[in-house]
Amino acid sequence: MAAGLHESTIHELQEKLRRGDVTASEITEAVFSRIEAVDGRIKSFITIMRDSAAACARRADEAIRAGKAGPLTGIPIAVKDIMCTKGVRTTCGSRILENFFPPYDATVVRKLKEGGAVIVGKTNMDEFAMGSSTETSFYGITRNPWDLGRIPGGSSGGSAAAVAAGECIASLGSDTGGSIRQPASLCGVVGMKPTYGRVSRYGLIAFASSLDQIGPFTRDAEDCAILLNAICGYDPLDSTSVPVETPDYRSFVGKDIKGWKFGVPREYLIEGIDPEVAGLMEESIGVLESLGAERVDISLPHTEYCVAVYYVIAPAEASSNLARYDGVKYGYRSPDARDLIEMYRKSRSEGFGAEVKRRIMIGTYALSSGYYDAYYKKASQVRTLIKRDFEEAFRKCDVIVTPTAPTAAFRIGEKTDDPLQMYLSDIFTISANLAGIPGISTPCGYTGKGLPVGLQLLAGHFQEGKLIQAASALERNAKFEKRRPAL
Amino acid sequence: MKLTKAEVEYVAALARLEFSEEEKEKFTSQLNSILDYMDMLNRVDTSGVVPETHAITLRNAFRDDVVWKSLEPEEAIKNAPEERGSCFRVPRVIE
Amino acid sequence: MEYETVIGLEVHAQLLTDSKIFCGCSTKFGAAPNSHTCPICLGMPGVLPVLNRKVVEYTIKMGLATNCRINPEDVFARKNYFYPDLPKGYQISQFDRPLAEDGWVDIEIDGKKKRIGIIRIHMEEDAGKLVHDETSPFSYVDFNRTGVPLIEIVSRPDIRSPEEATFYLRRLHEILVYLEICDGNMEEGSFRCDANVSIRPGGAAEFGTRTELKNMNSFRNVQRALEYEVKRQQYVVEGGGKVAQETRLWDDAQGTTLSMRGKEEAHDYRYFPDPDLVPVAIDNAWIEEVRATLPELPMEKRERFIGEYGIPAYDAGVLTATRALAEFYEETVKLTGKPKIASNWVMGDVLRYLNEEKRDIRESPVKPSSLADMINLIERGTISGKMAKEVFEEMYRSGKGPEAIIEEKGLVQITDEDALKKTIEQVLAANPSEAEQYRSGKQKLFGFFVGQVMKATGGKANPAMVNDILKKILSGR
Repeated sequence: MAAGLHESTIHELQEKLRRGDVTASEITEAVFSRIEAVDGRIKSFITIMRDSAAACARRADEAIRAGKAGPLTGIPIAVKDIMCTKGVRTTCGSRILENFFPPYDATVVRKLKEGGAVIVGKTNMDEFAMGSSTETSFYGITRNPWDLGRIPGGSSGGSAAAVAAGECIASLGSDTGGSIRQPASLCGVVGMKPTYGRVSRYGLIAFASSLDQIGPFTRDAEDCAILLNAICGYDPLDSTSVPVETPDYRSFVGKDIKGWKFGVPREYLIEGIDPEVAGLMEESIGVLESLGAERVDISLPHTEYCVAVYYVIAPAEASSNLARYDGVKYGYRSPDARDLIEMYRKSRSEGFGAEVKRRIMIGTYALSSGYYDAYYKKASQVRTLIKRDFEEAFRKCDVIVTPTAPTAAFRIGEKTDDPLQMYLSDIFTISANLAGIPGISTPCGYTGKGLPVGLQLLAGHFQEGKLIQAASALERNAKFEKRRPAL
Repeated sequence: MKLTKAEVEYVAALARLEFSEEEKEKFTSQLNSILDYMDMLNRVDTSGVVPETHAITLRNAFRDDVVWKSLEPEEAIKNAPEERGSCFRVPRVIE
Repeated sequence: MEYETVIGLEVHAQLLTDSKIFCGCSTKFGAAPNSHTCPICLGMPGVLPVLNRKVVEYTIKMGLATNCRINPEDVFARKNYFYPDLPKGYQISQFDRPLAEDGWVDIEIDGKKKRIGIIRIHMEEDAGKLVHDETSPFSYVDFNRTGVPLIEIVSRPDIRSPEEATFYLRRLHEILVYLEICDGNMEEGSFRCDANVSIRPGGAAEFGTRTELKNMNSFRNVQRALEYEVKRQQYVVEGGGKVAQETRLWDDAQGTTLSMRGKEEAHDYRYFPDPDLVPVAIDNAWIEEVRATLPELPMEKRERFIGEYGIPAYDAGVLTATRALAEFYEETVKLTGKPKIASNWVMGDVLRYLNEEKRDIRESPVKPSSLADMINLIERGTISGKMAKEVFEEMYRSGKGPEAIIEEKGLVQITDEDALKKTIEQVLAANPSEAEQYRSGKQKLFGFFVGQVMKATGGKANPAMVNDILKKILSGR
């Protein structure tokens, strides 16, 4: 069966649009038909933007006819509901923002619009991006297109599922501790977290400001490069965005990796890693070796502390970032409040879900008088050591290879009652956020049950090009047959 | 136990959150197991290590002192749960 | 028992930038509610702050002007607390790495100098404004002021009396205004002050328990509030009680301070470095660049005026009250070479006319060049001091130069010796008996003749010449 329009890649559609084989309106129509057919079961979206998308597709067709098409013109793209969209409800998966209509666009959204992309909707996510399963959203659970009884990963589960299920061509997610890479792995798509500061965070609703980064979900490495090209770059509205030139990431696609050194950290071969996942990783390393690359053993000695460091720093920052949801300026206000203090307590207690409250509590505690040094300061110091581990490691190798997640997708409800177990599912992804380095998850095969598994590649700061190059090499030489979820 | 119920109540008050008795019990035990896990950080020797806020070293991100166009007041208060006369309305603040 | 008062002041000064500290909204005072707001200063989800460079420059200025060390790397921190006028639930401020530290200013009371230490100066954002409705159970929030840049200047507890406190405040105020980084308007809240006050038995080494005073919006109120609070604390201690560590509000109408106990909760601000901002790095080149723009400060100017122009300390104090006044004066001196005469005119007629109309020196219709011309005309004897008063008034009203007015009014002094001789002879001839009496010893009549001469010339005769000639003629020489 030939791939339908909705199952194509950006570069395939670009070619078809260029040749006039298809119109942007037809592509958009195909995507919305698909959403109609499957989203009732998957629930990738919180808000579907059918009318504005149709209008946008018509404008894209005009631009193409006028010869003014850019790389994203007419491409249907979904955006995680954590990025502000002017005049379009932006909930962050929370009740507290149920009726929030931003008066401005996030920088990445503005860039997508300016590039002619067709924004199809806002995708579901763990509330305020706090979760690894998209089960904590106020707007319901998103299901894994490969097995509707399983989670799609999180927190960007809606964006990953939408790409996997053909409900869009590509999407944007955000990654604070693995929230792009882990769902990409569990849904069998490509997902990249760029270097901290590579993509503007302006308009990205903050979870943990020093860790958050926006990145693409796509069907292959080339699309990842195309979308990254469109969203990256310095933004004067984000003090942490880095004023450096960005290369054309597409130029890395298809280049060979002969002579590259791939580092395998010995600390990552931990207990709890699924043997099937470990096996698929070994298979991929075999592919890399067959392409003339070399496997080297490396050490990241502070790996075991990553989760603890992360679960101090991220909640601490979040406890402060989420203080603005107080029922004064926007968002939910409890109807039962009799005075100011009650307005705060009830609005916040009714507006936030359990996981968000749990993290606000941890973070508030970690910053409170008498505990700052023991928790926040200590964690920030260990963070420095983790960053140094990577600097050391990248002297010995070009790219680090690990599994993206210890297991394939788990069952809905399997880990909801044990927060710590849930946190440990981010064990391979968190370190990249702490060190600010880029990481990509690219499909590396399927488990016996037919669930997709991803391989994580990590590179030094601003080396996204290497990740694209390695992922595209793996993709083109994969030993497994690419499947599509049966829906 | 690192965290007593009283401390949970203090932290909740600081964070402007409130919990039922049952939730407090559950949170106290969950937070304690998370904090126990974090104890491992004490094993790391961090003497002389500079705490990092960012992984990327940047300095001096500035804007020029130029006035831009503000929102119209109607736009500014559009999302307000309660408003009156272009102001956000809140329960009376006692001073 | 003798008590010693210990006071430390925290001053908040709004900086005179055009736009806010972290966004481009206007800082202008008095706009319609929420008309100077944007997603950033409203604390909307997803927004980020970007620092206004001018805020750093102005703060460096104040740091240098108060002899502080400028720290090479400064960090913004979040101060977390909930209040409806604080849209993000935290204030962006500085905590352990402020821009400037360890400075001082000198104050002078009754000719005695005293040095007041400054612990730190840091940058932060202002909060919004709450309006209370007395008739309904609501308050209203206006975020126009949110994000207006502030510096907080924290003194050491070196101040020993309410009087010293006001002198110190005036000194800071004067420096800020001289630097043109703050308009100093206390009524509009551009310059605000909180005080930490305690008392201790004379000679004690330990500080007593302090109270924090707020809500004093004029120099006078600061002094009144401190005086009241010192007495209150003495009363408490002498009554065998203990001063409670608390925040107290000055009640202007009652003239008392009131406890806020029960209305405030334990502070646990949970400061941590703001991850949305990057550190500010200030190198020596930048410091020197700012230093080069520093004007002469009021205290130095005062001392220079006394030394260079030989004018009394009082004059120097008045003339250096503002930079513009001092410039006006110096310009006048430059064009006349007569510092004391210039001082008399500037402090006298110039300021009197301006004060009557509540006008600023910069709005004076008489410019230093005209004033200098007039002084030079007096010095040359073209007009008398008395005539000059009339000339100045006309200069002030019309804005014309002195020569034009003198000509229009025919005010030129008669300095022609022959003409004066002739007039004097006529006067003596018309009053022969008085002349006779004078010559026989009634010297008092000299003034009578002078008056007659002045009358005959319509007041235009040069008085000194009249004296000379009259003496000669009467003595028969």
